[in-house]
Amino acid sequence: MREFGLNEFWFILLAVRWTLLLSVAAFLGGCLGGLAIALMRTSHLAALRWLAIGYIKLFQGTPLLMQLFLAFFVPGIFGFDVDPWGAAVLGLSLHASAFLGEIWRGCIEVVPRGQWEASAALGLRYWNQMRHIVLPQAFRIAIPPTVGFLVQLIKATSLASIIGFVELTRAAQVINNATFEPFTIFGLVALIYFLLCWPLSAYSRRMERKLAVATR
Amino acid sequence: MTYVFEFGQVFAAWDELLAGALRTLWLSAASMAIGLVLAILGALGKTSGPTWLRWLLDAYIEQIRNTPFLIQIFLVFFGLPAIGLRLEADQAALLAMVINVAAYGIEIIRAGIESIGKGQIEAGRALGLHSLQIFRHIILKPALQAIYPALTSQFILLMLNSSVCSAIAASELTAAANDIQARNFRSFEVYFVVTGMYFAMSLIFWGIFAVIERAFLRRPATR
Repeated sequence: MREFGLNEFWFILLAVRWTLLLSVAAFLGGCLGGLAIALMRTSHLAALRWLAIGYIKLFQGTPLLMQLFLAFFVPGIFGFDVDPWGAAVLGLSLHASAFLGEIWRGCIEVVPRGQWEASAALGLRYWNQMRHIVLPQAFRIAIPPTVGFLVQLIKATSLASIIGFVELTRAAQVINNATFEPFTIFGLVALIYFLLCWPLSAYSRRMERKLAVATR
Repeated sequence: MTYVFEFGQVFAAWDELLAGALRTLWLSAASMAIGLVLAILGALGKTSGPTWLRWLLDAYIEQIRNTPFLIQIFLVFFGLPAIGLRLEADQAALLAMVINVAAYGIEIIRAGIESIGKGQIEAGRALGLHSLQIFRHIILKPALQAIYPALTSQFILLMLNSSVCSAIAASELTAAANDIQARNFRSFEVYFVVTGMYFAMSLIFWGIFAVIERAFLRRPATR
C-alpha cells in the first residue's frame, strides 16, 4: 500500500492536461459537426431538416456512455482499430455536434426574417446571407449557451475513463487503487473539475444577463 | 467487412436486459420523486430562507452542477465508507442520483416560482380570493406550465445519466449489458441493442410528456 503523497498529487494534477486536451478536441469536432447540423436543421430542404432532427434526437435520447462504447466498438467492425483516445474524441465530437447543432439552430432562428429578406433584396445568395448577415448576428447570442455546453462537455470527458482513456478521473482511480484514500482523492478531483468548470459557468451566466439587458 | 454479427446471443439474454431496463426506470423514477421533494424545499429555502441558508444552497448547487456525476457517485460509494457510512451499490446509486437531480431541480422550481408576477397574486387578493384559491387558480397552473418542459427533459437526462451508475456495478440496464458482454464477448451487439432500448424509453417518455402537456397544460393562445 502506498501513501498519498506529493508524487500521487502530481500524477493526478498532470492528468488534467488530458482532460483539457480531450475537451478541446471534442469541442472543435463538435463545432464543425454542430454547424453542419444547425445549417441542415434550418434548411429549406425538408429532407435535410429531418435528417438533422433524427440525428439530434438520437444523440439526445441515448446515454453518452453508450455513445462512447459504440464509438469504441463500431470502427472495429469496419476494420479500423481505434484506441481509447480516438474513440473518446469521436464519441464526444458526435455527441457535441447534436447538442451544439440544436443550440445554434435556436440562435439562427431568432435572427429576424427581415434580415433574410433585406439581404435577399440586395442580391445575396444563401451562403453569403449566412456568412455576412445571419451567422454574425447569431454568433453573439450563441456565446452564453455555447460556453454553458462547454461545461457539460468538460464534465462529460470523465466518462472517457470508463472506456480506458487515462484522464483526470481515470488517474484518480489508478491512484485510489494504490493508496485507497478515496475521500481525499475524489474530493481533490471534484475540486479540480470545479475549478475548471465554475469560471465558465459564471461567465456564461454573466454574458446571458448582459445580453438579456441589451435586447430588452 | 468481415465481421459476423451475432445478435442471437444478445437476445438469449433478453430477460436480463428487460430486468435491467426495469431497474433503470425504477432508479430514475425513485430518484426523481425524492429529488423533487428536496428540490421544492430547496427552492422555498432559496426564495424565502435566511441568508445563510441561501448561501449554503448556492454552494451545494454550484458544486453539483460543476462536477461530473461520475465523481459524485465515486465520492458517495467509495468516499462515504471512509467516514463510516457504508452503502450497497444500489443504495449509493440512488443517493448520488437524488443529490444530483435535487440541485438541478431547485433551480428549475425557483424559476417557476419567480415566473409568477407579484401583480397576479395582488389582483387575486383584490378579487377577494383566499390564499388556497389564489394558489390553485392563479399560481399552480402557470408555474407548472413554466417548469414542465425543463422538468420533463431533466427526467430524461436523469434516466440516460443513470447508465453511469454501472461504474459502481449498481444493477441497471448498462450494468446488465456489461455482464452479458463479459460472458459472450459480443460487445458491439450488446451495446447496440441496449442503446436501442434506451432510445425507445426516451421516445416513449417524450411521447407521454407531450400528451400530458397537450391535455392539461395547454397555454391560452397569446396575441
